[in-house]
Amino acid sequence: MSAILPPSERLWWKHPLDRQELVWIGIAFVWCMVMFFMMVLWHIYGKQNLATETYKTNPEKYSAQAQAAVDKWTVRNETAMNIPVVAPPEGADVYMIARLWNWWPILELQKGKTYKLHLSAMDYNHGFSMQPTNINIQVVPGYEHVIKVTPNETGTFSVVCNEYCGIGHHEMVGRIYVK
Amino acid sequence: MTVATTYRTCPRSGLQFESQAEKLMIANAVTAVVALLVGGLLAIGVVLTRWPAVHWLEADTFYMVLTAHGIDMLIFWMIFFEVAVLYFAASTLLRCRIATPKIAWAAYALMLVGAVMNNVAVFRGDSSVMMTSYVPMMAHWSFYLGLILFAVGALIACFVFFGTLVVAKREKTYEGSVPLVTFGAITAAIIAVFTISSGAIILIPTFLMSIGVVHEVNPLVYRTIWWAFGHSSQQINVAAHISIWYAVAAIAFGAKPMSERVSRGAFLLYILFLQLASAHHLLADPGISTEWKVVNTSYFMYFAVLASMIHALSIPGAMEVAQRAKGYNKGLFEWLRKAPWSNPTFSGVFIALVGFGFLGGISGVMMGTEQLNLLIHNTIYVPGHFHATVVVGTTLTFMALTYFLIPVLFRREMIAPGWARLQPYLFGFSMYFFCLVMMGAGTLGVSRRHWDMAFNGNALAYEWPGAAYLMMGLVGIAGVAAIAGGAIYIFVTVGSVFFGKKLDTGVVSPKFTPVPRAAPTLAAQTYGSAGFVAPGTFVLASVFLVAFVLYYFVNWKYLGQLWGLS
Repeated sequence: MSAILPPSERLWWKHPLDRQELVWIGIAFVWCMVMFFMMVLWHIYGKQNLATETYKTNPEKYSAQAQAAVDKWTVRNETAMNIPVVAPPEGADVYMIARLWNWWPILELQKGKTYKLHLSAMDYNHGFSMQPTNINIQVVPGYEHVIKVTPNETGTFSVVCNEYCGIGHHEMVGRIYVK
Repeated sequence: MTVATTYRTCPRSGLQFESQAEKLMIANAVTAVVALLVGGLLAIGVVLTRWPAVHWLEADTFYMVLTAHGIDMLIFWMIFFEVAVLYFAASTLLRCRIATPKIAWAAYALMLVGAVMNNVAVFRGDSSVMMTSYVPMMAHWSFYLGLILFAVGALIACFVFFGTLVVAKREKTYEGSVPLVTFGAITAAIIAVFTISSGAIILIPTFLMSIGVVHEVNPLVYRTIWWAFGHSSQQINVAAHISIWYAVAAIAFGAKPMSERVSRGAFLLYILFLQLASAHHLLADPGISTEWKVVNTSYFMYFAVLASMIHALSIPGAMEVAQRAKGYNKGLFEWLRKAPWSNPTFSGVFIALVGFGFLGGISGVMMGTEQLNLLIHNTIYVPGHFHATVVVGTTLTFMALTYFLIPVLFRREMIAPGWARLQPYLFGFSMYFFCLVMMGAGTLGVSRRHWDMAFNGNALAYEWPGAAYLMMGLVGIAGVAAIAGGAIYIFVTVGSVFFGKKLDTGVVSPKFTPVPRAAPTLAAQTYGSAGFVAPGTFVLASVFLVAFVLYYFVNWKYLGQLWGLS
């Protein structure tokens, strides 16, 4: 019962390692290094890395920027709430507002083109969860996160809120079209 | 210094309990089980609402119940039980009186008041902010004050534990180094001090904000520091339940660690690196640099994963060596077939160990990878993962330990031993399945903490694939089975403590008997193969590694198909 008793040898730290444990530690160490450098390598060779470009902002400033983009590039309105559908040119700064309890506006992007997507929350934390591709990004109030996105498929995508944001949380869903 | 107290030697286990420590352990463990009972009742509401075909509770009730379920289970059940484990590892294993018993009782009282205050705040209905309580969403001030009081009480309990170690050293109740299990408990307590302090650092300003003294707590700073509390408290659980695994290997098999040096080294790696993992929750956040994310999320190059992989070999390895020494030496797995599978203390620990590694460990490392987290962040995969770690791993381990403690600490014969034998299998395997289907639903993108996956009546409603509905239905079924397993645990333990046959107390003496040292190792070794003392465990560990590698790269392949992000 020695795990619950003081070790038998006073100098237990000088006890030679068992061969089996030594082999396993070696294998485990190699695997740990593979996993570590995999993250680094993906930053060099991979195409899906979350941008870190972030600015401090506030609701007034951010909604003004979003409104300007909506005024410039709205192509139509959808649903009973007349949500604008914004179709920006390639390379443009596009804005999405997360607030209680909707995503605004709807975006219409083109496959294979790159856009700078800005995300910020007006009130609480929200979660940008784009389905069915399954891309998930935290949206924090007071911070404007700028992510370069390049859609690689066409279709209709939904933006579900997956950060709990109060009683209407489950009603918060937005949309992105890719042509 | 002499202190008037008595020491009881348990006739069934040979363990020696000091009377004050014994009462404290009983109080903390019983309170923990009450928290588990409350959390378990709340689990019924959560499971039956997320099961799409049932969709039982209203939205506001659901979010309230989910908030209470998270806090009662993850904080109150775990930490009350861990305080009992700390006192056991210091006072009982070192046969030492507990330091400052009055302060230990004050700590218990603070924790109890805090836990009750927090629960009252949640059930009032105006504090449905989830366990994470991200600012600027605010709860009632008593929500935060309850947590702060609880945290202060738990912090004091940690220092009572450290004080007891000092007393044991000074009064020479043992010689040489502390036992490995106590060493693991020290690891847990060091992590706990860091964890609980982080909780206090961020909850105190949030409390001041809730009463209007502080104007603003920055949401990103809150997330960063809160997770040093929220995630690290799960690291207390890991260190605590791994210590218990070593203890149960020793108790059930007489197993000794394969190497004290390796196992203690692995615990040391936990102290140094395990805390960094709170970064797992910030990988999808704005404003945090890539370098910070990569270094922290990987526990500085995965050194804590290395430590866990060492324990994963050492603990079953120690069991195998002990079994082979007893003559269960045929083939690779006779030692495992002949293990005491009808003893719930052993079966619970073994099911916990395998499930923690395969389900909790692999999924945790995968989703803690910086880029792969994009696939997982805030989906129901996350609770799928942590139910594998804190329910299959920690809760099942604590349950298994309770079966050992009923005759030893509570001095009662277990009622319904047949139910107790069944319980780890029912609870463990239904939780395995629960976690698997939850992670399956998460892989399809289903959100966590979400009342209505159908988005009923919403103009922009998203229709989840049929497979996602199927998985969530299975989550419901598996959850109900697991709750039944939890109910059996409560029935057996509470029933035994109140109605079990009283067992004799054993010899009570005013003085402790010093702890003997472990018997010296036998040099000769007549079992094992290819120079390996535990070849069966090595094969099992290799299966684990292959599963790990495959699953890891499958997810990279999945990530590679997403939209370009930079």
